[in-house]
Amino acid sequence: MNNTDIVRQSLKRRYRKERRFRAYGMIAVATGFLFLGFLLTDIVTKALPAFSLTELRLDIPMDRESLGLAEDAEISEDTLRALPYSQIIKKSLRSLFPDIRKRKQKKLLYKLISSGAEFDLRDRLVAHPEWIDGPPQSLWLTADDDVDTWYKLDTQVSRIKPLQAELIQALETQDRIRTAFNTHFFTRSDSREPEMAGIRGALAGSFWTLLVTFVITLPIGVAAALYLEEFAPQNRLTDFIEVNINNLAAVPSIVFGLLGLAIFINFFGMPRSAPLVGGLVLTLMTLPTIIISARAAIKSIPPSIKEAAYGLGASKMQVVFHHVLPLSMPGILTGSIIGMAQALGETAPLLMIGMVAFIVEIPEGVLDSATVLPVQIYLWSDSPERAFSALTAATILVLLGFLATMNALAIFLRKHFERRW
Amino acid sequence: MNSYYLLLVIALVSLGAYALGLHRARRLGQEQLKSLPEHYGALAALWAGLPALLLLLAWLVAEPIVLDRQLAANLPELSQLSSTEQQLELNRIKLKIDSGEADGDPVIEQAIELYRAHRKESRWIITALSLALALSALVFAGSRRIIRLHARRKVEGTIKLLLMASSGVAILTTLGIVLSVLFESLRFFHSVPLSEFMFGTVWSPQTALRADQVGSSGSFGAIPLFAGTLLISAIALLIAVPLGLMSAIYLSEYAGKRMRAFAKPALEVLAGIPTVVYGFFAALTVAPLVRDAGQSLGLNVSSESALAAGLVMGVMIIPFVSSLSDDVINAVPQAMRDGSLALGATRSETIRQVIIPAALPGIVGGVLLAASRAIGETMIVVMAAGLAANLTANPLEAVTTVTVQMVTLLTGDQEFDSPKTLAAFALGLMLFVTTLLLNIIALRTVRKYREHYE
Repeated sequence: MNNTDIVRQSLKRRYRKERRFRAYGMIAVATGFLFLGFLLTDIVTKALPAFSLTELRLDIPMDRESLGLAEDAEISEDTLRALPYSQIIKKSLRSLFPDIRKRKQKKLLYKLISSGAEFDLRDRLVAHPEWIDGPPQSLWLTADDDVDTWYKLDTQVSRIKPLQAELIQALETQDRIRTAFNTHFFTRSDSREPEMAGIRGALAGSFWTLLVTFVITLPIGVAAALYLEEFAPQNRLTDFIEVNINNLAAVPSIVFGLLGLAIFINFFGMPRSAPLVGGLVLTLMTLPTIIISARAAIKSIPPSIKEAAYGLGASKMQVVFHHVLPLSMPGILTGSIIGMAQALGETAPLLMIGMVAFIVEIPEGVLDSATVLPVQIYLWSDSPERAFSALTAATILVLLGFLATMNALAIFLRKHFERRW
Repeated sequence: MNSYYLLLVIALVSLGAYALGLHRARRLGQEQLKSLPEHYGALAALWAGLPALLLLLAWLVAEPIVLDRQLAANLPELSQLSSTEQQLELNRIKLKIDSGEADGDPVIEQAIELYRAHRKESRWIITALSLALALSALVFAGSRRIIRLHARRKVEGTIKLLLMASSGVAILTTLGIVLSVLFESLRFFHSVPLSEFMFGTVWSPQTALRADQVGSSGSFGAIPLFAGTLLISAIALLIAVPLGLMSAIYLSEYAGKRMRAFAKPALEVLAGIPTVVYGFFAALTVAPLVRDAGQSLGLNVSSESALAAGLVMGVMIIPFVSSLSDDVINAVPQAMRDGSLALGATRSETIRQVIIPAALPGIVGGVLLAASRAIGETMIVVMAAGLAANLTANPLEAVTTVTVQMVTLLTGDQEFDSPKTLAAFALGLMLFVTTLLLNIIALRTVRKYREHYE
């Protein structure tokens, strides 16, 4: 048997191996996609229930006696805000079910409506003072989250008592229960009640934090990149700076949180939980990324442009600021948007500097206590109530939506403004 | 004056200085100038704005520190309290100062009065000083002397200095990390010896409510944390390395152009998803799945198993491994591929016997970078791994990691001086040093490899 025969005999086996190897590669790529698909579908299915909210229709009498308003009282915002709304709602619930007399049963009945419904009612009455002294108003008010879960998802696993189930069915036959779009999710801040909780506060917190980050990162990042690409002499100091930047890009984000806690909060005495400190920490974290991408953008400007400017008598500074910087701006912006997207999704360092508090107020500046979207996700994911896990998933969708938009914007910028030389 | 207004005034003054310098230079005519008229404007603006701005910044940093010291000095009772109580008391008083509320205690009342007076004084001083600085520059810009200067060189020199300072921020950040972590760690090692921290096997950092309580000092042996971190990272790498490497090989050697153009960015989406999302996914979906799967096999799986956290973390770092491997595989010269194929090797033989050995240093570098990523990853383990420090190698049990403990020690109510919070900084030091070493080694290997083929 000569060599050719040996090779020929082994060919079949070798080709089989080749096919197997190729299949492994395809399986690896497919597994990656599978995970991605699983992750996204899982989150979308978990999130869907959070976008609707169960409401109950109650008839609220508008005569002064039932509202607890004195006959001669003036109707102003202050008097309207002070009305006993919780009592009004309870009374209206009782009137729907006159048979319920026992204390325990009454308690179960009251639990059908959200404890936040009184504020909803208050806001509506303040907005419509003309209702007073008029006919009773039929209003949709938010149901409790247990009712919500029971009504929307399943009747098996829930904390609804048999009596409450009967009551809900009675309400259904009277056409007094419905699911509507969950506006609270977008208009309200954090709350202990899932049906009253929303992401407005976290959105505002993210906005202020990112604003601080952007305003500081962009100029410093661009300046540093310009220096390192165009001005820095080849010496030890420059090398040291470059080593530092490369290493900082790989330092775990949580370490930046320690830095923020020790230096910004404990040493400089800046306020805890403030977007200012969060923004500063994220600035230090994203700066290396932005410097690296800005340097790449600056490097891609062909030397012929610079040489032409020098030839016309421009100074080094004029070449850089009149030609190199404007031409590399699309690339720099692309890099900074991607850096900002990173900062938007970052959680760990913000936990360290106290942006994890339960905050109901919507922050109105960089010094107010605030939380951000990813931290809100972290906080809610810990809550035992089932409705909160739907809210968490919905918040994740909002966050992913922002990230996708930012990345799409970056790709658009790159495609349309970056020049190929 | 409010510092925002002050900032605005300084900006206006330097704008005025710009106009004045420009005007001065233009009136003289181009021939007699050493630079363009704009440069004189810019020089005047820099003089008017920069020193005042720097002064204002320094003052903004220093004022609260100095004022707090004075406030504490005016409250003699404060020195009897512990440092945490002092901090709380000071914060309470400062809240009163801001809200303008009255305090019953005459001593505190007096201290608040003094604080307000000092603050007013200091604001006056800074307003006067920075305005004087800005305005004197304005006067200078208006004088004739400015046009005798070589304005362009001066302006460009200043701008270059500013650019250089910006790149120095990187050094400052590293310095800040090292100093903050190191100092707090040293304080920690004062109360807990380094040997106990590095080699102790019991981790229970609770602090005592009373001094005489049993086990009041807590126990800070970090070995269980290191072991837990390693276990979870190892699981993650076991998933990410084969999958990432095979994806990279397939995409760079087999896949067509269109497949590559679509699949590469799609895989990188995995790296762009925030880690908190992975954490949610791990805790609410994967962990129950793993537990149920284990139960159906008759295994007792913890609901916070290391396996679930490691699995999800592995998926997260697939793109790191794959994109880094992709780079190094593409850097292998085409001639080596062609030579191997010409000798009759199949593609997979070429890949396994020629390309992978050639690219190995780069791939190892990529894996090390991925490992450092896994060790420093926080949110997945905080949400999906446990808190109990078990020393075990069983991936089905709950373990805790360095980052989880850092988060638990530093969130919630805290007094900054207790060994409990300082322990977080010691853990941070370990984390920083480990990841730094891994990164340096990884970057070295990758760079050496590149030099080899370029």
